Amino acid sequence: MSADFNSGDRVRVREDFPIGHFRTPVFVRGKSGVVTRKFGTFENPELLAYAKKGPKKALYEVRFKQTDLWPDYAGSPYDTLDIDLYEHWLEKAP
Amino acid sequence: MAHDPHDHDHTHGHSHDHGHDHGHNHAPPQPDDKVHSYYQMLGIAIKELLIEKGVVGADEVRAAIEKRDSITPANGSKVIAKAWTDPEYKKRLLADGNKAIEELGFQMTTTHLVTVENKPGLHNVIVCTLCSCYPRDLLGLPPSWYKSREYRSRVVREPRAVLAEFGTILPNETEIRVHDSTADMRYLVLPMRPAGTEGMSADQLEKLITRDSMVGVAVANDPPRH
Repeated sequence: MSADFNSGDRVRVREDFPIGHFRTPVFVRGKSGVVTRKFGTFENPELLAYAKKGPKKALYEVRFKQTDLWPDYAGSPYDTLDIDLYEHWLEKAP
Repeated sequence: MAHDPHDHDHTHGHSHDHGHDHGHNHAPPQPDDKVHSYYQMLGIAIKELLIEKGVVGADEVRAAIEKRDSITPANGSKVIAKAWTDPEYKKRLLADGNKAIEELGFQMTTTHLVTVENKPGLHNVIVCTLCSCYPRDLLGLPPSWYKSREYRSRVVREPRAVLAEFGTILPNETEIRVHDSTADMRYLVLPMRPAGTEGMSADQLEKLITRDSMVGVAVANDPPRH
């Protein structure tokens, strides 16, 4: 379901709105950015929140252009946002 | 008076020949104007139960709070001043924050310290939009504004306006990079070393490095003018 990404890969955050504890803020869902680093693999906090454990998940730093996140962004076109996202929220950007 | 002062009604159910083993399981003294929210009440109730059942001692709770309160932004200032004055240390700090701060006697407990470096044309600022993640092991407790809904929701959407409210105005050509810490990483901004500090020692430089400059809502202070 999730691929292994490298720095420089363009990725899209799944546009999904499940109910429960999730670590992917709504404002990045459905948005595309670039992987800037891979931090390694970690326990999945979305299971830990319910005292469950599953396979460890790769954690990536993904960079978005602010103008891609907010259509009415009033700052500079150079501005960016980096966010830490787990592999199961990412797919290859079209 | 027939009334013996030791004969009054013991609502707490303890005797007065107590040493440290009396029955006071309630929270330590609280500020006078404190109004507890539902979750604060819940927290206090759970803490009291844990103490009452002997899972933890009131002294352990107090010691943990005291230890937490002893961690201040001055620890971070030491790390930054060292990075400013020792290029090899800076490399190690950027490569592995946890190891680098251990060299100075500090320690991350369960999270990973990631240092992001300000450079000409790049300014970093930290937020946790989901809760209040903050490098507490190094800087201590976050300021209350850092945990506010307003900061968390606005700094990702209009960082320049928020920074301006802190008195930090950056040119449009400077990229502002917001870091939203959603996972196991805790971010520390490495501010730029101010001009005019070339002859200063690490000890002197530490005083220019504020908490806010390590969160990224400000830059490091300029050196004092003589």
